[in-house]
Amino acid sequence: MLTDAPRIVTRRLGYDDSYTLERYLATGGYGALRKALRMKPEAVRDEVNRASLLGRGGAGFPAGRKWSMLRPAETTYLVVNGDESEPATFKDHLLIERDPHQIIEGAAIAAYAVGVRRAFVFCRGEFALGLERLTQACNDAYGYGALGSRIFGSSFSLDIVVHPGAGAYICGEETALLESLEGKRGFPRIKPPYFPAAIGLYGEPTVVNNVETISTLPWIVENGGDAFAALGARTSTGTRLFALSGRVARPGWYELEMSKTTFRDLIFDPTLGGGVAGGGELKAFIPGGVSAPWFGPDQLDLGLDQDAVAQAGSMLGSGSVVVLDETSCAVRAAWRITRFFSRESCGQCTPCREGGHWLEKVLRRIEEGEGRSSDLDLVMDVCDNLAPGVSWPPEQTTVCVFGPSIPSSVASAIRMFRAEFLAHVRMGGCPRGRAGGPEAGAR
Amino acid sequence: MTAHFSAENRSRAEALVALYPRRRSALIPLCHLAQAQDGWLCAEAMEEIADLCGVTPAEVYGTATFYDMLHTERVGRHVIAICTNIACLLSGAYELVEHAERRLGIRCGQTTADGEFTLEEAECLAGCDAAPCVQVNHRYVGALSEASFDALLADLAQGERRGEIPRHGVLCRVERAVALPGTAAPSRARRGG
Repeated sequence: MLTDAPRIVTRRLGYDDSYTLERYLATGGYGALRKALRMKPEAVRDEVNRASLLGRGGAGFPAGRKWSMLRPAETTYLVVNGDESEPATFKDHLLIERDPHQIIEGAAIAAYAVGVRRAFVFCRGEFALGLERLTQACNDAYGYGALGSRIFGSSFSLDIVVHPGAGAYICGEETALLESLEGKRGFPRIKPPYFPAAIGLYGEPTVVNNVETISTLPWIVENGGDAFAALGARTSTGTRLFALSGRVARPGWYELEMSKTTFRDLIFDPTLGGGVAGGGELKAFIPGGVSAPWFGPDQLDLGLDQDAVAQAGSMLGSGSVVVLDETSCAVRAAWRITRFFSRESCGQCTPCREGGHWLEKVLRRIEEGEGRSSDLDLVMDVCDNLAPGVSWPPEQTTVCVFGPSIPSSVASAIRMFRAEFLAHVRMGGCPRGRAGGPEAGAR
Repeated sequence: MTAHFSAENRSRAEALVALYPRRRSALIPLCHLAQAQDGWLCAEAMEEIADLCGVTPAEVYGTATFYDMLHTERVGRHVIAICTNIACLLSGAYELVEHAERRLGIRCGQTTADGEFTLEEAECLAGCDAAPCVQVNHRYVGALSEASFDALLADLAQGERRGEIPRHGVLCRVERAVALPGTAAPSRARRGG
């Protein structure tokens, strides 16, 4: 069901100049920060707690609780995670390019609420236009008095530095992001400590929040946490920005009320996805980024709800949904996703570095028609070494969750489309045949 | 050590270092600055970056080689990145890669003999609603067909999109205008974009 929930993070995106200070101010921008500065920091935190805002980066951890874990210290930091790289996820990219002031205002609200005076916005390096827009917005926000010392005449001061990434998926993992921000390789840190709120940037307590999470804060301060929590259901409150792609008629971004909207709405509603591209049949869909196990047509009526998707054996993750239709080869899709993991492994932990590499090789030979009848067992054996039991959520074997996420797509592809894998082995290649085999990219 | 950064870029570099509580944090922004100056990250630049960050040149090299965007070998004026990840795969990305390889006479990871084009196969570029997604020097050029790819090459060769797509290495053309408290003002504050 499509609901009449308001647009929260995308409310300004109908304007061509949505990224400018002029448009931001004309649409009520920085009013929430002024309001927050008249409140006590604990009152701002209370609104965010009442909103029950779940982090929008992928893990879905409650934002208010993340804030409450910040260890009191003389120096603390806020880092906004804008290193969006989960395949098929393009919502933060949109928010960075099209509404950078909303991120700055949200960051200032967050910093005020938790008592931070120095913030960094870590922006994925490949977002050149996004970096330019963010930097310009920062300059303009300083000029307007929304950043710097004594913001809007209050006693609160904040500096924000826009920091460019340099191309490494793993830097989206928050401890790898902090290493990268310290000028090092993006190696995830050993846990515990589990949260940078205890030991973060330069060893100081640090809050790391996703771009979309931060972008939601101005609306919550303006309208109250209760108004946000009134949208959605159970723990999945508010609206969320979904990125829809793959074999769908109208790929794009859609901000939808959580829980009450279903995957069927997102993919098939004429005003949203508009159905499968070319009017074909839906074969499967990935519900929350390539680390998530796949779903079949029988799960289309699940709500866009974090708990419901988890109970069904996958995750809402980064809010990106990829549609596969009957023309899509499950083997090729699983191979390409695995190739991504094998390329992006940081290399610290053996199961991930070696396991991803071997899975990619075996899947490639199945796809290229060199597969052996024992290969499916071999693939599942490697998966078991990466995440013992190949269950969901995966058992952890490595420093971060990247490695144990590798089996998700492979294992669900084999579970759902075993006959297709066997046909590749039996027929010496894809039964569909194709012009450009994986060899183009596998060199 | 002889200076590698131009005087103008040296002052930009010092302003970048001043933005961080610890100077090593400026390492990656400085690598981007070196690429903006030279088009790639050469050994002389890494030596100067090491000096600015208080680390060894080997640490700069070891860090830089971890990141896809930092090129420690020469690349073309135009680095064309074609995403082949899941959403783009489903929209014919590998067919486009094969076309690009034929058209340019090089394979992914290689540079044309005239130094104009480097072709890369990219991981997801977060532009999946316009698939297959292509970037030139990290500027999105939209979903491309074989015909529009050829048209893009012709435009790039004739310099017709220079305003929109600067040469490789130039990342963010807007500079920070405000120094942090207790540090020197940026030497060159200007509006760009």
